[in-house]
Amino acid sequence: MFHRESGVFKTTYAADMALYPLPIAKWTMIALAVLFVLVIPLVVHEYYLSILNLIFIAIVGALGLNVLVGYTGQISIGHGAFMSVGAYTAANLAVRFDLPFWITLPAGGLMAALIGAVVGVPSLRIKGLYLAIATLAGQLIIEWTINHVPAISGGAQASIQVDRPSLFGFTFDTQGRLYFFLLFFAVLAIIATLNLVRSRIGRAFVAVRDQDIAAEIIGINIFHYKLLAFAISSFYAGVCGVLYTYYFGIANYEQFQLIVSIDYLAMIIIGGLGSVLGSIFGAVFVTLLPIAIRIFMEDVGSLFLSQGELANVISGLRLAVFGGLIIFFLIVEPEGLNRLWRNIRSYFRVWPFSY
Amino acid sequence: MSEELEFLLSLVLSGASIGLMYSLIALGFVLVYKATDAINFAQGEFVMLAGLIVVVALSFESMPLIVAIAIVVAAMIGFGFGLERVVLRPLLGRPVVAVIMATIGLAAIIRGLGPVIFGKEVRALSLPIGDEPITLGPASLPPIQVLGAVVAVVFFIAFSWFFKKSRMGVAMRAVADNQQVAQAMGINVERYFALAWAMAGIVSALGGVVWGAMLGVDVQLSLVGLKVFPVVILGGLDSIGGALVGGLIVGIVESLAAGYLDPYVGGGTKDFAPYVLMILMLMVRPYGIFGRRQIERV
Repeated sequence: MFHRESGVFKTTYAADMALYPLPIAKWTMIALAVLFVLVIPLVVHEYYLSILNLIFIAIVGALGLNVLVGYTGQISIGHGAFMSVGAYTAANLAVRFDLPFWITLPAGGLMAALIGAVVGVPSLRIKGLYLAIATLAGQLIIEWTINHVPAISGGAQASIQVDRPSLFGFTFDTQGRLYFFLLFFAVLAIIATLNLVRSRIGRAFVAVRDQDIAAEIIGINIFHYKLLAFAISSFYAGVCGVLYTYYFGIANYEQFQLIVSIDYLAMIIIGGLGSVLGSIFGAVFVTLLPIAIRIFMEDVGSLFLSQGELANVISGLRLAVFGGLIIFFLIVEPEGLNRLWRNIRSYFRVWPFSY
Repeated sequence: MSEELEFLLSLVLSGASIGLMYSLIALGFVLVYKATDAINFAQGEFVMLAGLIVVVALSFESMPLIVAIAIVVAAMIGFGFGLERVVLRPLLGRPVVAVIMATIGLAAIIRGLGPVIFGKEVRALSLPIGDEPITLGPASLPPIQVLGAVVAVVFFIAFSWFFKKSRMGVAMRAVADNQQVAQAMGINVERYFALAWAMAGIVSALGGVVWGAMLGVDVQLSLVGLKVFPVVILGGLDSIGGALVGGLIVGIVESLAAGYLDPYVGGGTKDFAPYVLMILMLMVRPYGIFGRRQIERV
């Protein structure tokens, strides 16, 4: 991640696809692991840990959406709804059957994967804008169903209280403890995605994205892989929804409305489509942005705005800045923050000699 | 006439008038898609923006309604031109997903900044047409629905004429059909792209006036835009007549669902039925009733 090579000396495909191109990459990973597991939870204040926790959850969701949009080239405006499917599945299982998180979490993911694959079925016939509209319909229908079926949503407020996750009698109830819980799943999701995209499946996804008819001709079953992309992506989304549920201690459909789908799309566009590191950048950026806007507006805006107006302005401004950034990155840097990072790295690769 | 039949007829009539109002908004979407192949996910936000501008214009003392409408039409035309220049033109030739995302971003900007600039309370937009329901056979419709339906029909006739007969309309059809050939024939393609967005602006301006008068103007008004998708998918994305028929179907289906299904499931089928219909349509005939079937060549 941080190392720089003096040139390209790879002679095999295996070397080209290796996760650690140089031994030093392994050392940086170990250093990062030490930083995140040992140093940060001890040094960092609880408030900042809670932000990190939100980032970890967002990373899981962004990775999933990027598998679908960035790697397979299908579009989904329904990821918020897939998250809610995962969240309500887990919440129902946890409350009604008293199941632990290591059952409810995969169950939520699988349920979301199932629903996601169903919503993805139209992708076999239609693509591009039609698919966008179909997934939008999926989002609205799922939202409506959860809101109107008390058996799923658990009553009038359409929200279910869930206990904090616990393992072997150890309850993850504070931000500091939830930190480890969420870090584990974020790292798991990152490693899984890194390996997914360099496997046969990942390469098939990229082939479908680049030219699906050509992919079909070289023997890739598009039917299979498009549905698989939807299922995998929704699985991530479902897990992300479950994590939100455990993090907030409540499953509520208002956390998973259309706007959330757009937030996640913003993450992967800003971060970089078709890149794992980009998903992480995007998740960090989009999670930190509203906080930065809030801090900025509370300092500057409170000079000429009342408290009530301020809340209104902050939420509106947040949305507008997201929209502006999506358009900005689409026009100026379609490959997102990941591209900027790569540019910086390749600049330093030959530094201080620019040629 | 039996009571049952009368109920049905009144539902159909009220659905049809709402449906025509939907198709007015859908028209803005179709105009842009027809000419530029761009999908406008911000159509509902256009309508909201227009509604906000009208309300603000009318809030000045002694502002006649007709001037306010002229202001909003002019503003939306300017907005359409500016939008095409700043956002859409740099994205020419990029994948369709990029344009979709850009309009989603645009929608977020309008929805975010609207309440910041104009305040978030619901503002009433009252037109001088009275509140007395107009009786039409078995149905009694609020006058604003009738007005909306009339505006929609007028626009359809006007745009049908425009595309069939006028020089600009023919040029626009040529651009829609094949951009390169149109350019070779001496048509300024970029100008027609801008024109299409400006026309969407005009339609949205009127849509904002009638919808704003019906629902009141605030951020929620932009949700009307979500109904555009069932309308255009049913009718066909690039068909003006399709927008009309699709709007009628969606309006009537909504009204029937609300009338017959709501008592059983506890309300809200209105917001649900059109999307189910749309998913079915996407499965069976994705290009819609009147849409042009696209054949993909490699």
